[in-house]
Amino acid sequence: MISNLIKRKIFTLLKVQYSNMLEYRVEIALWAISGIIPFFMLNIWTNNNLNQSINISDVMLSRYFLCAFFVRQFSVVWVVFSFEEDSLMGKVSPYLIQPLNPFFRYFAQHLAEQITRFPFAVIIAFFFFIFNPESLWIPNLGILLLSIVSTFLSFLIQFLIQSIVACLCFWTEKASSIERLLFIPTLFLSGLLAPVVSFPAYVKSWIYLTPFPYLIDFPANLLSGNEANISGGLSMQILWIFLLFPLFKKIWSEGTKKYTAMGS
Amino acid sequence: MVKNIIDVRNLSKSFDISSKKPGLKGTIKHFFRRQTKSLKVIKDISFEIKEGEIVGFLGANGAGKTTILKMLCGLIYPSKGSISVSGYLPFRRRENFLKNITLIMGQKQQLIWDLPPIESFYLNASIYDLDKFEAKKRIKKLSEMLEIDDELFIPVRKLSLGQRMKSELLAALIHEPNILFLDEPTLGLDINAQRNLRKFLKKYNKETNATICLTSHYMKDITSLCKRVICVHEGAISYDGKLDLLLKKLSPVKEILIVCRSEEDAIKLENYGFTVKNKNKNELTIKIENNSITSSLKTILNNFDIEDLFINEPPIDEIIGKVLIKKDYDI
Repeated sequence: MISNLIKRKIFTLLKVQYSNMLEYRVEIALWAISGIIPFFMLNIWTNNNLNQSINISDVMLSRYFLCAFFVRQFSVVWVVFSFEEDSLMGKVSPYLIQPLNPFFRYFAQHLAEQITRFPFAVIIAFFFFIFNPESLWIPNLGILLLSIVSTFLSFLIQFLIQSIVACLCFWTEKASSIERLLFIPTLFLSGLLAPVVSFPAYVKSWIYLTPFPYLIDFPANLLSGNEANISGGLSMQILWIFLLFPLFKKIWSEGTKKYTAMGS
Repeated sequence: MVKNIIDVRNLSKSFDISSKKPGLKGTIKHFFRRQTKSLKVIKDISFEIKEGEIVGFLGANGAGKTTILKMLCGLIYPSKGSISVSGYLPFRRRENFLKNITLIMGQKQQLIWDLPPIESFYLNASIYDLDKFEAKKRIKKLSEMLEIDDELFIPVRKLSLGQRMKSELLAALIHEPNILFLDEPTLGLDINAQRNLRKFLKKYNKETNATICLTSHYMKDITSLCKRVICVHEGAISYDGKLDLLLKKLSPVKEILIVCRSEEDAIKLENYGFTVKNKNKNELTIKIENNSITSSLKTILNNFDIEDLFINEPPIDEIIGKVLIKKDYDI
């Protein structure tokens, strides 16, 4: 009964947010196009034959960067910016006195945006295969499903990290500057610019202890058919979610005590 | 015996405010050594509100009215004291408490800007666990009461301020709360929209026996809705009681303009013993205490040949204005 109610709330939220996102479809298409950084990186890697040093073929590397593009498309998070603006402008106040945590709204916004983004990402992939026909492959169903799960877990990790940072708004007001600090390790250690396997061994061992390689590198390797420790990767993703969720709950509960409802 | 639905005891709230001196020197000093001070915006206030009451919170800008409402609905955490609303501690924001209350802020909106209001209504209905049938019924009922049937399907951004405010009200009332916190609900609305909103609130209160706590700078909102007012001055309560008692206290006399048929009558009336404010030929303005107005008028009409008379009520804004700048009113 309770889960049915929650399901209905989330479903309605998703439905409404999807209608809202469709109003911004052109903007979302542009966002999707702006996420083609992995293709630039692919170009740099192949033109300089950098992949030979890590024993990955051209085809496998191009599949990796295509998958990195896809994973990024469906795990990109901007909750810190939305929450910061809403918090500073007092827009979060009406949501705080509703029997649903306001972060559910942001969560639904992100999911709805991903659904809206999907066709644009498929079109970009279509053009990618036209220019790189040798990279075309069809992953088996099991791997595809595991990759979808892993991409969703990656989204959850990023959503939780940014939500924790967003809650710092209750203390600092400008939490997005802290997020910018996190952007640097996310960019370099997540596998967006280079597969993590290309890092020196001693650096890699440290990187794998952080949540970053599980954001892009692991799901992209899994989907592209590159070497990936499936059970280890999924376990680490779940572990990070279990670590981050209580931290988010604690910081949320302490933060709302500090809330001053500015601007309202 | 009507029970208290809101009980506030020795409530205080302080905010940490940082201050900066002007100029480059001030900016550099502020960068290295930020000076903050604790500002007590609510000072040890206590009051109760009964179920079904409509109470107006009056005060100048920054007096603390909105802060009180924010603490009552659980939006901000009190620094000291206790609050009980419908038996709950508001700040804990228990689901059953949140389902019982609503907060409407004149300047803030919860409707989704690019979608028609109906989408936000169904979203709120599902947040408050209403099934689709019940939601439809309530939307129909409230939209009829608010007279906004046609606007339900137009994107919010295309609605006028008045239509938006009505839609905000519908969104905030879809779960039929029994305590309403209204922070300047008529802000920016035209006269007709203000009147319609007041009419709606009166009807809602009558039909549901909802308790309403209201702040407004429009005195008409207060006089037409609230029998009781709580005046807040610099974070403390300067008056808590009936509005008409306050008005009587602050304006104990009425001015009456009397037009006599002849100048002789006007002279006789001038010397009859009333306090005369001014006289011009056969017209004179006298001041009569509120409690003797009927008997005085009877005397005048029986003893003098009167052509016309006008009773001038002092402007309510002026009277209330006096309250906003005074610390204490002992009625």
